[in-house]
Amino acid sequence: MDIPEPIVTVRNLSKIYAQGEIQVTALNQISLTIAAGEFLTLMGPSGSGKSTLLHIIAGVDRPTSGECLVQGVDVTQLNESELADWRNQNVGFVFQTFNLIPVLTAFENVELPLLLTRLGSAQRRRQVEAVLDLVGLSDRMHHLPRQLSGGQEQRVAIARALVTDPKLVVADEPTGNLDSRSAQEVLGLLQSLSRPAGKTVIMVTHDPKAAAFGSRSIHLEKGELTR
Amino acid sequence: MALPLRYSFRNALVRWRSTSATVLGIALVVFVFVLLQSLAAGIERSSGNTGDPRNLLVVRKGSTAESASLIARQNFQDLRYLPEIARNPQGEPLMAADVLVLVNLPRRQGAGEANVLLRGVTPRGMELRPQVRLAAGRWFEPGHREVVVSAKLARRFEHFDIGQSFRSGSATLTVVGWLEGGGSAFDSECWLDADECRSLFERDMYSSFLIRPRDAAAGEQLMARIEADRRFKLKAEREVDYYRKQTMTAAPIKWLGNFLAVTMSIGAVFAAMNTMYAAVGSRTREIGTLRVLGFRRRSVVLALLLEGGFLALIGGALGCAVAFYWNGYTTATMGFETFSEIVFEFRITPRLVAEGLLFAVMVGLAGTFLPALRAARLPVIAALKSL
Ligand SMILES: Nc1ncnc2c1ncn2[C@@H]1O[C@H](COP(=O)(O)OP(=O)(O)OP(=O)(O)O)[C@@H](O)[C@H]1O
Ligand SMILES: [Mg+2]
Repeated sequence: MDIPEPIVTVRNLSKIYAQGEIQVTALNQISLTIAAGEFLTLMGPSGSGKSTLLHIIAGVDRPTSGECLVQGVDVTQLNESELADWRNQNVGFVFQTFNLIPVLTAFENVELPLLLTRLGSAQRRRQVEAVLDLVGLSDRMHHLPRQLSGGQEQRVAIARALVTDPKLVVADEPTGNLDSRSAQEVLGLLQSLSRPAGKTVIMVTHDPKAAAFGSRSIHLEKGELTR
Repeated sequence: MALPLRYSFRNALVRWRSTSATVLGIALVVFVFVLLQSLAAGIERSSGNTGDPRNLLVVRKGSTAESASLIARQNFQDLRYLPEIARNPQGEPLMAADVLVLVNLPRRQGAGEANVLLRGVTPRGMELRPQVRLAAGRWFEPGHREVVVSAKLARRFEHFDIGQSFRSGSATLTVVGWLEGGGSAFDSECWLDADECRSLFERDMYSSFLIRPRDAAAGEQLMARIEADRRFKLKAEREVDYYRKQTMTAAPIKWLGNFLAVTMSIGAVFAAMNTMYAAVGSRTREIGTLRVLGFRRRSVVLALLLEGGFLALIGGALGCAVAFYWNGYTTATMGFETFSEIVFEFRITPRLVAEGLLFAVMVGLAGTFLPALRAARLPVIAALKSL
């Protein structure tokens, strides 16, 4: 197997929270590359900096020092509105708490990221329907989040993450709030995205069984990579 | 770029339990505003609607009101044949002499007594005021002590039904008809024959003359002539101008309406602010999620302003709807010039409704502004942290 292009290159990344006198080092000089098409799982004890690392790679948080190149773009150098556009076009987000908008239907939730693109409504509809079909929820399109089960909500959230066809999908404990059967479905879905669909998936998890779905696993401890 | 409108609308509606206080507060403000302004509009109409732009009203120099003016009978003959005055097909000059008498009469249901304006009119006087028509019964016949009362006053005063009689001093008058003044000042009057009125109430003088000049130029001439002639101490002005000046009485009510609306709206703004702060507080993660997906701060601000504005619009519509219940409702106030009972209707015009709604939306936006700014300042990372 030839060496795939790295999609993410992290160099000497540090994040230090200063709270008055006390400084908390969430990430300490992390370096890491992630290849395109990988399903990387991030593991480690609570407070080890997993979420912090994920947020920086996904362009929602900024490091104290170091660089983070995603597809050749140093996301730490983008300003706020550039980052907003960049996230919209390049990253799909899956949250532990699903984070669907309660007043919008499944269809409308999935359509949200597309409202920031130049696509017309017919094209948006096609794309939304395609991803909802992919996650197996074509028949729940017009349901509100509260009318869905947790597993279904998370699948809608995955559809929302995929609808703009981003290269990178990040998920922070996506199965943390799900029963084991729903968790299996969601993990299977994320897995199917990486190798066959060519997306890079980074998932934070506590659960070794969940991590087993990934193609590679890295461990953080007190802000440092251990293996 | 912007969030869909339905996001704002549904958020405004979905939290109706927590927003109902704000909606009701704004409804109350708009209700008070619209009702008081409609009162002012009704009063303005009752005087502003009166008069014909072609007519001239003549009163004694220095009198502010027709009812306080006294004109010698000789002056009627002096003026009547002036060439500026138009004539009817029968060749008679279109000039009327009126006698105004204030009488104190009992209100219905023992609600005390109030002054009523009696107007003694001549046949020409009725020709010159075609907006006054008979609503029921028949016109009075001179010499029979008959009177036609305003239909609107009839609902408010004792013995004003057709066929009934009322006493004032030594005079007893029988009601033979009801008149309808089309929302004009004549809706607050009772009409009888001018000569009979003078004899019954022992008046030697007229109160006013109403004149139709041949044309506008003749009108100007006549006004100048009456003003200049030292024999008469009289003043002629356009009938509409005279009544427009009486409109001043609506000003305090307008002022009160605006004052109450402004003071109450301050409370409503704070209520809206409270609601919207709560909305922002409970939606920290949702707002952060929108930002993570790529929506800008200004989109979030706009969506929240729309939400607050929409809430206020519901309140405003409710306030207008409740106020509309009084549309056309007749009430009375004491005229400041005559101290007689002036009847008028609450008139809720489309313009007033539009003003009420605009006012509501402004209250909503003012109350939403700071909470929306707070939402805009939330860090994107908030979406991923708070549970
Ligand atoms: N806003 C903040 N201010 C101060 N310290 C913070 C802040 N956010 C995170 N930290 C600290 O940074 C460290 C890493 O936090 P992070 O959320 O990345 O941990 P985590 O590995 O995701 O933990 P968990 O498994 O519990 O989610 C922790 O010690 C945390 O207390
Ligand atoms: Mg975490």
